[in-house]
Amino acid sequence: MLDIQAVLSGQRLALARLLTQIENQTAAGEQALAELFPHTGRAHLIGVTGAPGTGKSSLVNQLALHYRKDPQPKKIAILAVDPSSPFSGGAVLGDRIRMSALTGDTGVFIRSMATRGSLGGLAQTTAGLVQAFDAAGFDIILIETVGAGQSEVDIARLAHTTLVVEAPGLGDDIQAIKAGILEIADILVVNKADRAGVENTERALRSMLQLAHPGQRVFRHHGQTMEVATPEGEAETLWLPPIQRTVAADGSGLPELLAHIASHRTHLETSGDLARRERARLAAELDLRLQQALVARWQAGLTNGEYEQALAALAARHISPQAAVRQLLDHGKE
Amino acid sequence: MTEQKIRVIVAKPGLDGHDRGAKVVARALRDAGMEVIYTGLRQTPEMIAEAALQEDADAVGLSILSGAHMALVPRILALLEANGQSDVKLFIGGIVPDDDVPRLKEMGVAGIYGPGTSTELIVNDIRAAVLGRG
Ligand SMILES: Nc1nc2c(ncn2[C@@H]2O[C@H](COP(=O)(O)OP(=O)(O)O)[C@@H](O)[C@H]2O)c(=O)[nH]1
Ligand SMILES: [Mg+2]
Repeated sequence: MLDIQAVLSGQRLALARLLTQIENQTAAGEQALAELFPHTGRAHLIGVTGAPGTGKSSLVNQLALHYRKDPQPKKIAILAVDPSSPFSGGAVLGDRIRMSALTGDTGVFIRSMATRGSLGGLAQTTAGLVQAFDAAGFDIILIETVGAGQSEVDIARLAHTTLVVEAPGLGDDIQAIKAGILEIADILVVNKADRAGVENTERALRSMLQLAHPGQRVFRHHGQTMEVATPEGEAETLWLPPIQRTVAADGSGLPELLAHIASHRTHLETSGDLARRERARLAAELDLRLQQALVARWQAGLTNGEYEQALAALAARHISPQAAVRQLLDHGKE
Repeated sequence: MTEQKIRVIVAKPGLDGHDRGAKVVARALRDAGMEVIYTGLRQTPEMIAEAALQEDADAVGLSILSGAHMALVPRILALLEANGQSDVKLFIGGIVPDDDVPRLKEMGVAGIYGPGTSTELIVNDIRAAVLGRG
């Protein structure tokens, strides 16, 4: 059985074991999440995403080090997500390699997680692990994900503040920077600023930003800088993603990055976005759980072989998919 | 829905050498469907035990080339036990003199593998040891 009190009182082994149960989607894990729910909602969730090799893990390490240097250090949880092999279902999770400087600090807890490939499952179990960290009293939860496909969007939806990490040398022109990242980025980080080509990367990001945010005050038009008025009433709620250069190798740009994260948090609170995001996230979780529960209840009401019969009739083209659904729903009724 | 995965820490303690062997084993474990948390070079016993704790590992695999196994292994086992993780299985790969093998086994090491051991054997041993726990 899982010891909820031990998790709430900060016992690390109890937390580690709970995380495993949540990841394995066991009944005990689900039960624990339900009991922990009243203790959640306090942590600041920060997503860190971007292409492999841009320096996300190194940056997460630096962020944690800087938060721990604070006179009133925050408790930091790190959740590092990497893909599972589609062939074997196994994974090599290597993000801890960059985080050994955090060893011995009991105010930091690092957990690696594989995507395990289930559709929508990543979003659900990642959110579950984050809730466990939140309930266990971590102030800041850093979630590292490889910027690819659905997982990136899922994490942006889960996180309060999303950092998109780019680096020079990985293709500096505008096409190389993935379409859609600006929709999820709250802060753009140009890491490896010690490398040649950092100006090009930053310029490409800036011009994408200007396309994406026509309300921005200053933008370049055929080489000229123009002033553009922000539409009235929006001035207070508009957040323009800042671009911050960093060197995760030595920590340059980190104080500035922390300041951007803090002002984004303030923006979320003062604009009402925090409450809106939280509500949208909970709505998504409720919908997903409702769907799963309804399907499970319906399946329990089916008689043996009913589904297979409908499928056979469908495959033989005796009935339409629409008719098959009607038939199965009618029979499944209590 | 529920899915159990064997989780293994693979680490290279000590200041010497390379981690080629450790990487080969890590990939073999992955190909066998396990989740490997790879912590890299120059790992202290404290780092290894902390990783095992936070990752709720089932097993720890060490690559030791330095000959420091008689110092490292008891220290790591003691830390695991202090953390409440005496059920975590410890495996060693590398160069271990024959004389030391029985002593290490007595301490509680679950498997010791010299250079050239087939990864298949290592994979099977780890799986059997982890699944065979009480
Ligand atoms: N020159 C330079 N190298 C860096 C910087 N940040 C990370 N790296 C290196 O880039 C490589 C990938 O870093 P990692 O943090 O693992 O990237 P991730 O795959 O995005 O998590 C490693 O070799 C790091 O040492 C930086 O700011 N400057
Ligand atoms: Mg990484």
